[in-house]
Amino acid sequence: MKKIEAIIRTSRFDQIHTCISKLGVTFLSFYEIKGMGFEHARLEMYRGVAYEPTYIPRTKLEIVVPDEIVPSVIQCILSEGKTGEVGDGKIFVYDVLEAYRIRNNETGEAAL
Amino acid sequence: MSWKLIESETTKPAKLLFNEPIEYHLTYKLMEEIPVADLFTVNNLWMMIATTMVFIMNLGFATLESGLTRSKNAVNILFKNTIIPAIGLLTYAIVGFNLMYPGAEFAGGFFGFAGFGLDAPEGWDSSNYNAGYTYFTDFLFQAMFAATAATIVSGAVAERVKLGPFITFSILYVAFIYPIVGMWKWGGGFLNTLETPFYDFAGSTIVHSVGGWAALVGAFLLGPRIGKYTPQGMKAIPGHNLAMATIGVFLLWFGWFGFNGGSVLSANPGIVSKVFVTTSISAASGAIGALFISYLKFKTYDITMVLNGILAGLVGITAGADQMSVLDSAFIGLIGGGLVVFGVVFFDKIKIDDPVGAISVHLVGGVWGTLAVGLFGNLAGMDQVISQLIGIGAVGAFCFTTAFLIFFALKKTVGIRVDEKEEIEGLDINEHAMRAYPDFASKD
Repeated sequence: MKKIEAIIRTSRFDQIHTCISKLGVTFLSFYEIKGMGFEHARLEMYRGVAYEPTYIPRTKLEIVVPDEIVPSVIQCILSEGKTGEVGDGKIFVYDVLEAYRIRNNETGEAAL
Repeated sequence: MSWKLIESETTKPAKLLFNEPIEYHLTYKLMEEIPVADLFTVNNLWMMIATTMVFIMNLGFATLESGLTRSKNAVNILFKNTIIPAIGLLTYAIVGFNLMYPGAEFAGGFFGFAGFGLDAPEGWDSSNYNAGYTYFTDFLFQAMFAATAATIVSGAVAERVKLGPFITFSILYVAFIYPIVGMWKWGGGFLNTLETPFYDFAGSTIVHSVGGWAALVGAFLLGPRIGKYTPQGMKAIPGHNLAMATIGVFLLWFGWFGFNGGSVLSANPGIVSKVFVTTSISAASGAIGALFISYLKFKTYDITMVLNGILAGLVGITAGADQMSVLDSAFIGLIGGGLVVFGVVFFDKIKIDDPVGAISVHLVGGVWGTLAVGLFGNLAGMDQVISQLIGIGAVGAFCFTTAFLIFFALKKTVGIRVDEKEEIEGLDINEHAMRAYPDFASKD
């Protein structure tokens, strides 16, 4: 089991979600995040004063999947999340030690 | 002559199915006389409608000011904009109305008082009191103006003023200063009895500048918000909800039809409809003026500037709404809308921090509109310009001085500014122990 954390463009979420759904991934969480990176936030103007927002908004995906589909999930995110511009995001992969389904105490990959 | 429809019939109704035009045979009969509501009732009804329209302007100020400030101070702004109109109405009933309209024996004077409370005179509910309205309509229409004047200040001092001292200031200012100034013109005082009487139709000076001067003094004595003017230059402090600010400006524009249209003081069809047009044309031109100047200066289409421009157009036409041609009102709005942008830039340059642009809208716009009566329209002329300047100067000197004394006394005794920690965390949680949006994390 691996946990895949991906910081993606919010506008690419639907495409990535469609792609990984086809792999049988039914359980995932995602949330809005703020952060910084190589990309400079677009300059905004308010009443004649230009300012740079202090953060860039993105969506973060967290998916735990069986080892064998990890490469396909990563491929989904790489291909569907890519625009080629600075700021497309990053993917991190972690080992997962244990998993439990709270409803019926199933463990391991069965719990996914 | 009145025509009344007494019977009507259609022929060939079945043909409707085949999409053919129906022939109507309408029979009209000339009536000798149709009873109509008497003029006094019509006048008074319009004045009451206008009163409720001015009332809704308080909601306009509340939404505009909270939209243009940060979410951590939204409760505080809404609170002030709720409690100040309430105070304004009550003080106007207790002393304001009788300070502003003390009666004919004080004509030409600086100060008069006809006693505490409301006391309807004989014949108060008929045209014996006034051809346009009853005593109570008169009171409430004027009371709504007082409430409006009082809420102008809160935007300029937003996000850093201490609640208690601000309310204290507002009580004193709206209970005494506003009606005393109002008496000078509308109560028959000395501005009304100048050789060429000072002219202020609905209150560019009497209402808006009065609020504007206090806004200027308040913002000056408080100092800027933390982080606004830094050694690295001026920082933007964006408002948290521009949709709400837009709602506020449209509510104010709507209310202004009552503010100016009601200031005709009757339902006179000609003048009221003309005032509606000059009011709207000036507001629309204000939007265009602000759009052009802000685009030339900043190269962006800034909604907050356009909103301020609309308000400047409205404040500008208020002094001469019944005296201007349509073209005059377009010029007044256009220039007012442009001036408001220069005003915002100017006050930022001298480091007077006005989060919502209240000083530029109500003071700059008010002075401009009052002066415009001498430059455009039926009353234009050098004598009128001088009278307008006398009015602007007298009201300015009195309001600036009294606002300064009150704010300064409060500053030296109880303090008028919240402490630094409180300002950074937000006034909502510290002054009210509340949040406007408890389900959302604040950006600041």
